[in-house]
Amino acid sequence: MSTAMLQPKITTQNMSFYYGKFQALKNINIEIPASKVTAFIGPSGCGKSTLLRTFNRMYELYPKLRVEGKIFLDGNDIHSSEQDLNLLRAKVGMVFQKPTPFPMSIYDNVAFGVKLYESLSKTEMNDRVEWALQKAALWNEVKDKLNQSGSSLSGGQQQRLCIARGVAVKPNVLLLDEPCSALDPISTARIEELIHELKKDYTIVIVTHNMQQAARVSDYTAYMYLGELIEYGDTDMIFTRPSHRETEDYITGKFG
Amino acid sequence: MTQLNNKRYLRRKIVNNLTLSISLLTVLFALTFLVWILWTLFSQGLSHVGLDVFTKMTPPPGSSGGLLNAIVGSLYMVLIATFIGTPVGVLAGTYLAEYGKSGWLAPTTRFINDILLSAPSIVIGLFVYEVAVNTVGHFSGWAGALALSLIVIPVVVRTTENMMQLVPSTLREAAAALGAPYWKVIVNIVYRSAKTGIMTGLLLAVARISGETAPLLFTALNNQFWSADMSKPISSLAVVIFQFAMSPYEDWQHLAWAGALLITLFVLGLNILARTIFRPSQSQS
Repeated sequence: MSTAMLQPKITTQNMSFYYGKFQALKNINIEIPASKVTAFIGPSGCGKSTLLRTFNRMYELYPKLRVEGKIFLDGNDIHSSEQDLNLLRAKVGMVFQKPTPFPMSIYDNVAFGVKLYESLSKTEMNDRVEWALQKAALWNEVKDKLNQSGSSLSGGQQQRLCIARGVAVKPNVLLLDEPCSALDPISTARIEELIHELKKDYTIVIVTHNMQQAARVSDYTAYMYLGELIEYGDTDMIFTRPSHRETEDYITGKFG
Repeated sequence: MTQLNNKRYLRRKIVNNLTLSISLLTVLFALTFLVWILWTLFSQGLSHVGLDVFTKMTPPPGSSGGLLNAIVGSLYMVLIATFIGTPVGVLAGTYLAEYGKSGWLAPTTRFINDILLSAPSIVIGLFVYEVAVNTVGHFSGWAGALALSLIVIPVVVRTTENMMQLVPSTLREAAAALGAPYWKVIVNIVYRSAKTGIMTGLLLAVARISGETAPLLFTALNNQFWSADMSKPISSLAVVIFQFAMSPYEDWQHLAWAGALLITLFVLGLNILARTIFRPSQSQS
């Protein structure tokens, strides 16, 4: 399926995914446009997180998981032998459902990813950390306690710290896997603002259980069910005039 | 209906109280012996722990002396065993926790490690006697340290693996998602999160070997005189306690009590250390 518009950042071709013998994704064809927010919605177990986790090959941390078909990032096959796995992940950042601060200071949390690929001077690193924390709308809250442990922050702050960490390495793509599901409404609102802010520079893909959230933050929405991509298109279109019966049932709450 | 419910509730309350009482009794039973042991040790040993114990050598029967050579021998062997056992144990535990997800090597290693973990220490002593004493032709401190390290390794392997498995996989994913190579994920994230647990396991392993006697009887044997030469037979607290406590001489028996108290205090100290210094606090996690 294609949204037939801008040049795609990520493209999948006849992509299927297997957990051992179980097929979790069935023949997915999708084009994710650059510098836009794309939301994946669908009931639990429909494969939306699985699809997200193929884009940075995160599934390869575990045995017995495999992909069939092709995935392209900027036209390059991400499974080709020339593509270094770690460099791919440096380009495709990810934020998870639960906040995952590393067991180190706030500063080191943000600097961790940067140090992997760039050797910056002390001042350059300070600037980078501040820049990333500003981007994640966390700077004002933590600027006086950068040496404190990341886990001393509140849940919403921790999640913004994780976003700052992801942004700090200057990736092209940010994958957000239900980033607000563990947060209260105020933190959620802040992160949604942040997504609006970030899409100027990044291609964002967000998995969410919250349909209002998808409607609020995304430009394009994909509805998935039982491992299949049922419908994909303009978010306004999906939420007002879905062309599939299943999509309509799901977003109107008849099902799911 | 209400009547029935009340009856059922009453019965549940009785069963609850009964179980709670039995649990408390068993706790008391265990505590009684622990306190009894400590009491006996202190009452018998404390009066014989003086400066002499730390400055003089083990005496011949009938004369006064101390435990210096035994203390030093024990420290040497425990230290060397820890230095051998820690890297081997931590690395093997890391393999099991991080890389042993598929294939036959990890489950097999885990199974054998569990056997080694519960192997009687006398068997380990006998084994080291066969490979490191019989072949060389004499007892030595090295053989003793080797036997002790064989006891340390399985404990450290097990605790390292368990503690690393407690680190949530989302933390590994988060680090990998930044483009960190897997070894960096382990060193910078997993070890950092698990270090408290790994250190605790290590201290408990040290506590365990500091009282081991059987494996030393076959390997380091004993040495009545001052010796810090690891290639010669060397004294140790545990073996001296065994020898002196069994003897008919009162001086020796007193030293055995003093030694037993020292070992107990050392182990107690290690346990308290493991519980306080390495306890994860709220602020540093």
